[in-house]
Amino acid sequence: MSTLQLLGFGSTGWGALLLVATLLTLAVTATALAIGAVLGTMVAAAKLSGNRLLWVLGHAYTTVFRGVPELLIIYLIYFGGSSALTSIGKAFGYEGFLGLPPFAAGAFAVGIISGAYQAEVYRGAYLAIAKGELEAASAIGMSARLRFRRIVMPQVLRLAIPGLGNVWQLSLKDSALISVTGLAELMRTSQVAAGSTRQYFLFFIAGGCLYLILTSLSDQVFNRAERRANRSMPSAAMGKA
Amino acid sequence: MDFAFLSSTMVTLLAALPMTLALFGCSIVLGGLLALLLVWMRTGGNPILSGFAKAYIFVFRGSPLLIQMFLVFYGLGQFGVIRYSFLWPMLREPFVCAVLSLALCTAGYTAEIFRGGIRAVSPKEIEAARSIGMSGFLLVRRILAPIAFRHALPAYSTEIVLMMKSTALASLVTVWEVTGVAQRLISHTYRTMEVFLCAAIIYLVLNFVILQAMGLLEYHLSRHRRAIPQALKA
Repeated sequence: MSTLQLLGFGSTGWGALLLVATLLTLAVTATALAIGAVLGTMVAAAKLSGNRLLWVLGHAYTTVFRGVPELLIIYLIYFGGSSALTSIGKAFGYEGFLGLPPFAAGAFAVGIISGAYQAEVYRGAYLAIAKGELEAASAIGMSARLRFRRIVMPQVLRLAIPGLGNVWQLSLKDSALISVTGLAELMRTSQVAAGSTRQYFLFFIAGGCLYLILTSLSDQVFNRAERRANRSMPSAAMGKA
Repeated sequence: MDFAFLSSTMVTLLAALPMTLALFGCSIVLGGLLALLLVWMRTGGNPILSGFAKAYIFVFRGSPLLIQMFLVFYGLGQFGVIRYSFLWPMLREPFVCAVLSLALCTAGYTAEIFRGGIRAVSPKEIEAARSIGMSGFLLVRRILAPIAFRHALPAYSTEIVLMMKSTALASLVTVWEVTGVAQRLISHTYRTMEVFLCAAIIYLVLNFVILQAMGLLEYHLSRHRRAIPQALKA
Protein backbone atom coordinates (compact mmCIF):
# COMPACT_ATOMS: atom_id res chain seq x y z
CA MET A 1 0.00 0.00 0.00
CA SER A 2 1.34 3.41 -0.85
CA THR A 3 2.22 6.06 1.69
CA LEU A 4 -0.47 8.32 0.31
CA GLN A 5 -3.13 5.68 0.83
CA LEU A 6 -1.95 4.98 4.37
CA LEU A 7 -2.10 8.62 5.38
CA GLY A 8 -5.14 9.43 3.25
CA PHE A 9 -8.80 9.65 4.11
CA GLY A 10 -9.95 6.52 2.26
CA SER A 11 -11.21 3.33 3.88
CA THR A 12 -7.64 2.07 4.29
CA GLY A 13 -6.20 5.42 5.35
CA TRP A 14 -5.50 6.67 8.82
CA GLY A 15 -5.83 10.38 7.93
CA ALA A 16 -9.25 10.94 9.46
CA LEU A 17 -8.34 9.10 12.67
CA LEU A 18 -5.12 11.07 13.03
CA LEU A 19 -7.00 14.36 12.59
CA VAL A 20 -9.60 13.40 15.20
CA ALA A 21 -6.75 12.37 17.50
CA THR A 22 -5.09 15.76 16.98
CA LEU A 23 -8.32 17.47 18.02
CA LEU A 24 -8.53 15.20 21.07
CA THR A 25 -4.97 16.18 22.03
CA LEU A 26 -5.98 19.84 21.77
CA ALA A 27 -9.12 19.23 23.85
CA VAL A 28 -7.31 17.34 26.60
CA THR A 29 -4.55 19.96 26.76
CA ALA A 30 -7.05 22.82 26.89
CA THR A 31 -8.95 21.08 29.70
CA ALA A 32 -5.67 20.49 31.54
CA LEU A 33 -4.71 24.15 31.16
CA ALA A 34 -8.07 25.22 32.58
CA ILE A 35 -7.72 22.87 35.57
CA GLY A 36 -4.16 24.10 36.00
CA ALA A 37 -5.32 27.72 35.94
CA VAL A 38 -7.65 27.12 38.89
CA LEU A 39 -5.03 25.15 40.86
CA GLY A 40 -2.26 27.56 39.87
CA THR A 41 -4.20 30.62 41.03
CA MET A 42 -4.91 28.99 44.38
CA VAL A 43 -1.30 27.92 44.89
CA ALA A 44 0.04 31.33 43.83
CA ALA A 45 -2.37 33.02 46.25
CA ALA A 46 -1.24 30.64 49.01
CA LYS A 47 2.42 31.43 48.37
CA LEU A 48 1.78 35.20 48.29
CA SER A 49 -0.58 35.28 51.28
CA GLY A 50 2.15 35.84 53.86
CA ASN A 51 0.73 33.04 55.98
CA ARG A 52 3.54 30.65 56.92
CA LEU A 53 1.47 27.44 56.75
CA LEU A 54 -0.09 28.34 53.40
CA TRP A 55 3.33 29.19 52.02
CA VAL A 56 4.71 25.79 53.08
CA LEU A 57 1.74 24.02 51.46
CA GLY A 58 2.09 25.99 48.23
CA HIS A 59 5.82 25.47 48.15
CA ALA A 60 5.40 21.71 48.71
CA TYR A 61 2.88 21.56 45.84
CA THR A 62 5.15 23.30 43.34
CA THR A 63 8.23 21.34 44.46
CA VAL A 64 6.58 17.93 44.23
CA PHE A 65 4.68 18.39 40.99
CA ARG A 66 7.54 20.09 39.18
CA GLY A 67 10.11 17.61 40.48
CA VAL A 68 8.49 14.21 39.99
CA PRO A 69 8.33 12.67 36.49
CA GLU A 70 5.08 13.42 34.67
CA LEU A 71 4.60 9.74 33.89
CA LEU A 72 4.59 8.89 37.59
CA ILE A 73 1.91 11.52 38.28
CA ILE A 74 -0.24 10.13 35.49
CA TYR A 75 0.10 6.65 37.01
CA LEU A 76 -0.83 8.08 40.42
CA ILE A 77 -4.00 9.74 39.15
CA TYR A 78 -5.05 6.97 36.78
CA PHE A 79 -4.38 3.91 38.95
CA GLY A 80 -4.94 5.66 42.28
CA GLY A 81 -8.16 7.27 41.05
CA SER A 82 -9.43 3.98 39.68
CA SER A 83 -8.80 2.07 42.90
CA ALA A 84 -10.40 4.87 44.92
CA LEU A 85 -13.41 4.74 42.61
CA THR A 86 -13.59 0.95 42.96
CA SER A 87 -13.60 1.12 46.74
CA ILE A 88 -16.32 3.81 46.64
CA GLY A 89 -18.26 1.50 44.35
CA LYS A 90 -17.83 -1.34 46.87
CA ALA A 91 -19.22 0.85 49.63
CA PHE A 92 -22.34 1.32 47.53
CA GLY A 93 -22.59 -2.40 46.84
CA TYR A 94 -21.07 -2.53 43.34
CA GLU A 95 -18.66 -5.44 43.00
CA GLY A 96 -16.01 -5.21 40.33
CA PHE A 97 -13.50 -2.81 38.90
CA LEU A 98 -14.44 0.80 38.17
CA GLY A 99 -11.95 2.59 35.95
CA LEU A 100 -11.49 6.35 35.87
CA PRO A 101 -12.36 7.67 32.39
CA PRO A 102 -8.98 8.14 30.61
CA PHE A 103 -9.85 11.64 29.38
CA ALA A 104 -10.70 12.90 32.86
CA ALA A 105 -7.73 11.16 34.49
CA GLY A 106 -5.32 12.44 31.85
CA ALA A 107 -6.61 16.01 31.85
CA PHE A 108 -6.54 16.08 35.64
CA ALA A 109 -2.99 14.67 35.85
CA VAL A 110 -1.58 17.07 33.26
CA GLY A 111 -3.65 19.83 34.88
CA ILE A 112 -2.02 19.22 38.26
CA ILE A 113 1.43 19.46 36.67
CA SER A 114 0.54 22.53 34.65
CA GLY A 115 -0.94 24.08 37.82
CA ALA A 116 2.46 23.89 39.50
CA TYR A 117 4.10 25.74 36.61
CA GLN A 118 1.21 28.20 36.26
CA ALA A 119 1.45 29.05 39.96
CA GLU A 120 4.99 30.30 39.41
CA VAL A 121 3.91 32.24 36.32
CA TYR A 122 1.08 34.03 38.17
CA ARG A 123 3.28 34.68 41.20
CA GLY A 124 5.97 36.21 38.99
CA ALA A 125 3.38 38.33 37.17
CA TYR A 126 1.91 39.59 40.44
CA LEU A 127 5.33 40.52 41.77
CA ALA A 128 6.03 42.40 38.52
CA ILE A 129 3.16 44.84 39.10
CA ALA A 130 4.58 48.19 40.16
CA LYS A 131 4.05 48.61 43.89
CA GLY A 132 3.09 52.27 43.40
CA GLU A 133 0.01 51.24 41.44
CA LEU A 134 -1.26 49.09 44.28
CA GLU A 135 -0.60 51.90 46.76
CA ALA A 136 -2.29 54.44 44.50
CA ALA A 137 -5.36 52.23 44.27
CA SER A 138 -5.55 51.93 48.04
CA ALA A 139 -4.92 55.66 48.43
CA ILE A 140 -7.97 56.61 46.39
CA GLY A 141 -10.01 54.27 48.54
CA MET A 142 -10.47 51.14 46.47
CA SER A 143 -11.41 48.11 48.54
CA ALA A 144 -9.21 45.02 48.28
CA ARG A 145 -11.72 43.32 46.00
CA LEU A 146 -12.10 46.27 43.68
CA ARG A 147 -8.35 46.70 43.57
CA PHE A 148 -7.95 43.04 42.64
CA ARG A 149 -10.54 43.31 39.86
CA ARG A 150 -9.44 46.63 38.39
CA ILE A 151 -5.68 46.75 38.97
CA VAL A 152 -4.25 43.34 39.79
CA MET A 153 -6.23 40.97 37.57
CA PRO A 154 -5.83 42.77 34.20
CA GLN A 155 -2.11 43.26 34.72
CA VAL A 156 -1.43 39.71 35.93
CA LEU A 157 -3.19 38.39 32.84
CA ARG A 158 -1.17 40.65 30.56
CA LEU A 159 2.16 39.90 32.22
CA ALA A 160 1.44 36.16 32.41
CA ILE A 161 0.87 35.63 28.68
CA PRO A 162 4.49 34.72 27.73
CA GLY A 163 4.79 32.35 30.70
CA LEU A 164 1.40 30.81 29.96
CA GLY A 165 2.55 30.21 26.39
CA ASN A 166 5.47 28.18 27.74
CA VAL A 167 3.20 26.23 30.08
CA TRP A 168 0.82 25.49 27.20
CA GLN A 169 3.68 24.10 25.08
CA LEU A 170 4.83 22.01 28.04
CA SER A 171 1.33 20.63 28.64
CA LEU A 172 0.88 19.90 24.93
CA LYS A 173 3.99 17.71 25.04
CA ASP A 174 3.02 16.18 28.40
CA SER A 175 -0.36 15.22 26.93
CA ALA A 176 1.47 12.64 24.79
CA LEU A 177 2.10 10.70 28.01
CA ILE A 178 -1.65 10.30 28.55
CA SER A 179 -1.39 7.66 25.82
CA VAL A 180 -0.40 5.18 28.57
CA THR A 181 -4.00 5.29 29.83
CA GLY A 182 -5.26 4.20 26.42
CA LEU A 183 -6.89 7.50 25.47
CA ALA A 184 -6.85 7.69 21.67
CA GLU A 185 -5.07 11.02 21.44
CA LEU A 186 -2.42 11.78 18.84
CA MET A 187 0.42 9.77 20.41
CA ARG A 188 -1.74 6.70 21.04
CA THR A 189 -3.33 6.80 17.57
CA SER A 190 0.09 7.08 15.89
CA GLN A 191 1.19 4.09 17.94
CA VAL A 192 -1.85 2.01 16.99
CA ALA A 193 -1.54 2.96 13.33
CA ALA A 194 2.19 2.18 13.37
CA GLY A 195 1.66 -1.18 15.06
CA SER A 196 -1.16 -2.42 12.88
CA THR A 197 0.44 -1.43 9.57
CA ARG A 198 4.04 -2.17 10.65
CA GLN A 199 4.95 1.26 9.22
CA TYR A 200 6.48 2.59 12.43
CA PHE A 201 8.68 5.21 10.85
CA LEU A 202 5.96 6.67 8.66
CA PHE A 203 3.35 7.04 11.40
CA PHE A 204 5.67 8.36 14.09
CA ILE A 205 6.96 10.95 11.62
CA ALA A 206 3.37 11.85 10.72
CA GLY A 207 2.43 12.13 14.41
CA GLY A 208 5.53 14.20 15.09
CA CYS A 209 4.65 16.57 12.22
CA LEU A 210 1.14 17.04 13.59
CA TYR A 211 2.63 17.90 17.00
CA LEU A 212 4.99 20.38 15.31
CA ILE A 213 2.02 22.02 13.58
CA LEU A 214 0.20 22.28 16.93
CA THR A 215 3.19 23.77 18.75
CA SER A 216 4.09 26.29 16.06
CA LEU A 217 0.48 27.39 15.55
CA SER A 218 -0.04 27.88 19.27
CA ASP A 219 3.23 29.80 19.42
CA GLN A 220 1.76 32.26 16.91
CA VAL A 221 -1.50 32.52 18.83
CA PHE A 222 0.34 33.41 22.03
CA ASN A 223 2.60 35.91 20.25
CA ARG A 224 -0.45 37.62 18.79
CA ALA A 225 -2.21 37.62 22.14
CA GLU A 226 0.85 39.17 23.74
CA ARG A 227 1.04 41.91 21.14
CA ARG A 228 -2.66 42.62 21.52
CA ALA A 229 -2.51 42.72 25.32
CA ASN A 230 0.45 45.11 25.18
CA ARG A 231 -1.00 47.38 22.50
CA SER A 232 -1.60 50.22 24.91
CA MET A 233 1.77 49.85 26.61
CA PRO A 234 4.89 51.84 25.68
CA SER A 235 6.92 50.06 23.03
CA ALA A 236 9.77 49.30 25.43
CA ALA A 237 7.57 46.64 27.00
CA MET A 238 6.80 45.16 23.60
CA GLY A 239 10.44 44.90 22.65
CA LYS A 240 10.78 42.06 25.07
CA ALA A 241 8.44 39.84 23.07
CA MET B 1 1.03 3.37 57.38
CA ASP B 2 2.52 0.01 56.56
CA PHE B 3 6.21 0.59 57.14
CA ALA B 4 7.25 -2.94 56.18
CA PHE B 5 5.66 -2.46 52.75
CA LEU B 6 7.14 1.02 52.37
CA SER B 7 10.65 -0.14 53.16
CA SER B 8 10.47 -3.18 50.87
CA THR B 9 9.14 -0.93 48.07
CA MET B 10 11.97 1.51 48.69
CA VAL B 11 14.54 -1.28 48.45
CA THR B 12 13.04 -2.53 45.16
CA LEU B 13 12.97 0.97 43.70
CA LEU B 14 16.50 1.79 44.84
CA ALA B 15 17.72 -1.31 43.01
CA ALA B 16 16.59 0.44 39.80
CA LEU B 17 18.34 3.69 40.69
CA PRO B 18 21.66 2.83 38.96
CA MET B 19 19.74 2.45 35.69
CA THR B 20 18.12 5.88 36.08
CA LEU B 21 21.49 7.43 36.89
CA ALA B 22 23.14 5.70 33.92
CA LEU B 23 20.44 6.99 31.55
CA PHE B 24 20.78 10.46 33.03
CA GLY B 25 24.59 10.59 32.98
CA CYS B 26 25.00 9.21 29.46
CA SER B 27 22.34 11.43 27.92
CA ILE B 28 23.58 14.60 29.66
CA VAL B 29 27.15 14.06 28.41
CA LEU B 30 26.13 13.06 24.89
CA GLY B 31 23.47 15.78 24.72
CA GLY B 32 25.93 18.42 25.94
CA LEU B 33 28.46 17.51 23.24
CA LEU B 34 25.75 17.56 20.57
CA ALA B 35 24.55 20.92 21.86
CA LEU B 36 28.05 22.38 21.52
CA LEU B 37 28.15 21.16 17.93
CA LEU B 38 24.72 22.71 17.26
CA VAL B 39 25.72 26.04 18.81
CA TRP B 40 28.85 26.09 16.68
CA MET B 41 26.72 25.45 13.57
CA ARG B 42 24.07 27.97 14.59
CA THR B 43 26.43 30.86 15.33
CA GLY B 44 29.20 30.07 12.81
CA GLY B 45 27.79 32.23 10.02
CA ASN B 46 27.45 29.51 7.38
CA PRO B 47 23.82 29.78 6.20
CA ILE B 48 23.43 26.06 5.42
CA LEU B 49 24.79 24.92 8.77
CA SER B 50 22.84 27.49 10.74
CA GLY B 51 19.68 26.62 8.80
CA PHE B 52 20.19 22.97 9.69
CA ALA B 53 20.74 23.81 13.37
CA LYS B 54 17.61 25.99 13.41
CA ALA B 55 15.53 23.21 11.86
CA TYR B 56 16.96 20.67 14.29
CA ILE B 57 16.11 22.84 17.29
CA PHE B 58 12.60 23.51 15.95
CA VAL B 59 11.86 19.82 15.41
CA PHE B 60 13.29 18.45 18.66
CA ARG B 61 11.84 21.19 20.87
CA GLY B 62 8.47 21.20 19.16
CA SER B 63 7.53 17.53 19.39
CA PRO B 64 7.09 15.30 22.44
CA LEU B 65 10.07 13.25 23.58
CA LEU B 66 7.96 10.09 23.64
CA ILE B 67 7.30 10.19 19.91
CA GLN B 68 11.02 10.79 19.26
CA MET B 69 11.89 7.82 21.44
CA PHE B 70 9.42 5.54 19.69
CA LEU B 71 10.73 6.74 16.34
CA VAL B 72 14.24 5.67 17.32
CA PHE B 73 13.19 2.45 19.04
CA TYR B 74 10.61 1.11 16.59
CA GLY B 75 11.22 3.19 13.48
CA LEU B 76 14.92 2.66 12.81
CA GLY B 77 14.71 -1.13 12.74
CA GLN B 78 12.33 -0.90 9.79
CA PHE B 79 15.14 -0.04 7.40
CA GLY B 80 17.34 -2.78 6.00
CA VAL B 81 20.24 -0.35 5.72
CA ILE B 82 20.29 0.01 9.47
CA ARG B 83 19.26 -3.54 10.27
CA TYR B 84 22.21 -5.00 8.39
CA SER B 85 24.74 -2.34 9.35
CA PHE B 86 27.41 -2.64 12.03
CA LEU B 87 25.32 -0.29 14.21
CA TRP B 88 22.42 -2.71 14.59
CA PRO B 89 23.78 -4.74 17.57
CA MET B 90 23.87 -1.43 19.44
CA LEU B 91 20.63 0.11 18.14
CA ARG B 92 18.79 -3.07 19.04
CA GLU B 93 19.40 -2.38 22.72
CA PRO B 94 16.55 -0.45 24.40
CA PHE B 95 19.08 1.32 26.65
CA VAL B 96 21.03 2.69 23.67
CA CYS B 97 17.81 3.84 21.98
CA ALA B 98 16.64 5.58 25.15
CA VAL B 99 19.98 7.37 25.67
CA LEU B 100 20.13 8.33 22.01
CA SER B 101 16.67 9.90 21.96
CA LEU B 102 17.13 11.61 25.35
CA ALA B 103 20.43 13.08 24.12
CA LEU B 104 19.01 14.18 20.76
CA CYS B 105 16.12 15.91 22.52
CA THR B 106 18.08 17.65 25.25
CA ALA B 107 20.67 18.82 22.69
CA GLY B 108 18.00 21.02 21.08
CA TYR B 109 17.06 22.67 24.37
CA THR B 110 20.65 22.92 25.62
CA ALA B 111 21.86 24.50 22.38
CA GLU B 112 19.40 27.36 22.84
CA ILE B 113 20.49 27.79 26.47
CA PHE B 114 24.17 27.91 25.50
CA ARG B 115 23.42 30.34 22.68
CA GLY B 116 21.65 32.60 25.16
CA GLY B 117 24.74 32.45 27.36
CA ILE B 118 26.99 33.42 24.48
CA ARG B 119 24.75 36.34 23.52
CA ALA B 120 25.01 37.62 27.08
CA VAL B 121 28.79 38.03 26.77
CA SER B 122 29.49 41.73 26.39
CA PRO B 123 30.95 42.65 22.96
CA LYS B 124 33.40 44.89 24.80
CA GLU B 125 35.05 41.89 26.42
CA ILE B 126 35.48 40.22 23.05
CA GLU B 127 36.87 43.43 21.55
CA ALA B 128 39.30 43.77 24.44
CA ALA B 129 40.49 40.21 23.92
CA ARG B 130 40.95 40.81 20.21
CA SER B 131 42.77 44.06 20.77
CA ILE B 132 45.43 42.34 22.83
CA GLY B 133 45.83 39.82 20.05
CA MET B 134 43.78 36.82 21.17
CA SER B 135 42.09 35.01 18.35
CA GLY B 136 39.98 31.99 17.57
CA PHE B 137 40.32 29.11 19.96
CA LEU B 138 42.21 31.04 22.64
CA LEU B 139 39.45 33.66 22.75
CA VAL B 140 36.80 30.98 23.09
CA ARG B 141 38.74 29.12 25.78
CA ARG B 142 39.78 32.10 27.89
CA ILE B 143 36.97 34.63 27.43
CA LEU B 144 33.86 33.41 25.63
CA ALA B 145 33.32 29.93 27.09
CA PRO B 146 33.83 30.74 30.80
CA ILE B 147 31.61 33.83 30.73
CA ALA B 148 28.95 32.21 28.56
CA PHE B 149 28.86 29.10 30.75
CA ARG B 150 28.41 31.21 33.85
CA HIS B 151 25.48 33.06 32.26
CA ALA B 152 23.91 29.83 31.04
CA LEU B 153 24.24 27.96 34.32
CA PRO B 154 20.85 28.81 35.96
CA ALA B 155 18.87 27.84 32.84
CA TYR B 156 21.09 24.81 32.32
CA SER B 157 20.42 23.48 35.81
CA THR B 158 16.66 23.70 35.11
CA GLU B 159 17.22 21.72 31.92
CA ILE B 160 19.21 19.09 33.81
CA VAL B 161 16.36 18.62 36.31
CA LEU B 162 13.94 18.26 33.37
CA MET B 163 16.26 15.61 31.94
CA MET B 164 16.20 13.68 35.20
CA LYS B 165 12.41 13.60 34.94
CA SER B 166 12.55 12.64 31.26
CA THR B 167 14.52 9.46 31.99
CA ALA B 168 11.18 8.09 33.24
CA LEU B 169 10.04 7.73 29.62
CA ALA B 170 12.70 5.08 29.02
CA SER B 171 10.42 2.68 30.91
CA LEU B 172 8.04 2.81 27.92
CA VAL B 173 10.73 1.29 25.70
CA THR B 174 11.35 -1.49 28.26
CA VAL B 175 14.29 -0.02 30.17
CA TRP B 176 13.66 -0.88 33.81
CA GLU B 177 14.49 2.33 35.65
CA VAL B 178 12.77 3.72 38.76
CA THR B 179 9.46 4.78 37.18
CA GLY B 180 9.12 1.53 35.22
CA VAL B 181 9.69 -0.54 38.34
CA ALA B 182 7.23 1.65 40.24
CA GLN B 183 4.59 1.07 37.55
CA ARG B 184 5.16 -2.68 37.77
CA LEU B 185 4.84 -2.59 41.57
CA ILE B 186 1.61 -0.58 41.29
CA SER B 187 0.04 -3.06 38.91
CA HIS B 188 1.09 -6.01 41.11
CA THR B 189 0.06 -4.61 44.49
CA TYR B 190 -2.59 -1.96 43.65
CA ARG B 191 -1.06 0.22 46.39
CA THR B 192 -0.59 3.29 44.22
CA MET B 193 -0.16 5.86 46.96
CA GLU B 194 2.65 4.11 48.83
CA VAL B 195 4.63 3.25 45.70
CA PHE B 196 4.20 6.80 44.38
CA LEU B 197 5.42 8.20 47.68
CA CYS B 198 8.63 6.13 47.60
CA ALA B 199 9.38 6.91 43.94
CA ALA B 200 8.59 10.61 44.45
CA ILE B 201 11.03 10.78 47.36
CA ILE B 202 13.79 9.26 45.23
CA TYR B 203 13.27 11.79 42.44
CA LEU B 204 12.95 14.75 44.79
CA VAL B 205 16.20 13.80 46.55
CA LEU B 206 17.93 13.46 43.19
CA ASN B 207 16.67 16.88 42.08
CA PHE B 208 17.73 18.40 45.37
CA VAL B 209 21.24 16.99 45.01
CA ILE B 210 21.48 18.25 41.41
CA LEU B 211 20.29 21.75 42.31
CA GLN B 212 22.66 21.94 45.29
CA ALA B 213 25.59 20.81 43.15
CA MET B 214 24.75 23.34 40.44
CA GLY B 215 24.35 26.06 43.06
CA LEU B 216 27.77 25.21 44.44
CA LEU B 217 29.27 25.31 40.95
CA GLU B 218 27.68 28.70 40.33
CA TYR B 219 29.05 29.97 43.64
CA HIS B 220 32.56 28.83 42.70
CA LEU B 221 32.38 30.37 39.25
CA SER B 222 31.24 33.78 40.48
CA ARG B 223 33.99 34.38 43.03
CA HIS B 224 34.87 37.74 41.46
CA ARG B 225 31.30 39.03 41.93
CA ARG B 226 31.02 38.41 45.62
CA ALA B 227 31.41 41.26 48.04
CA ILE B 228 34.77 41.45 49.72
CA PRO B 229 34.46 40.29 53.34
CA GLN B 230 34.48 43.18 55.84
CA ALA B 231 37.66 41.91 57.53
CA LEU B 232 39.64 42.21 54.30
CA LYS B 233 38.49 45.75 53.46
CA ALA B 234 40.91 47.91 55.26
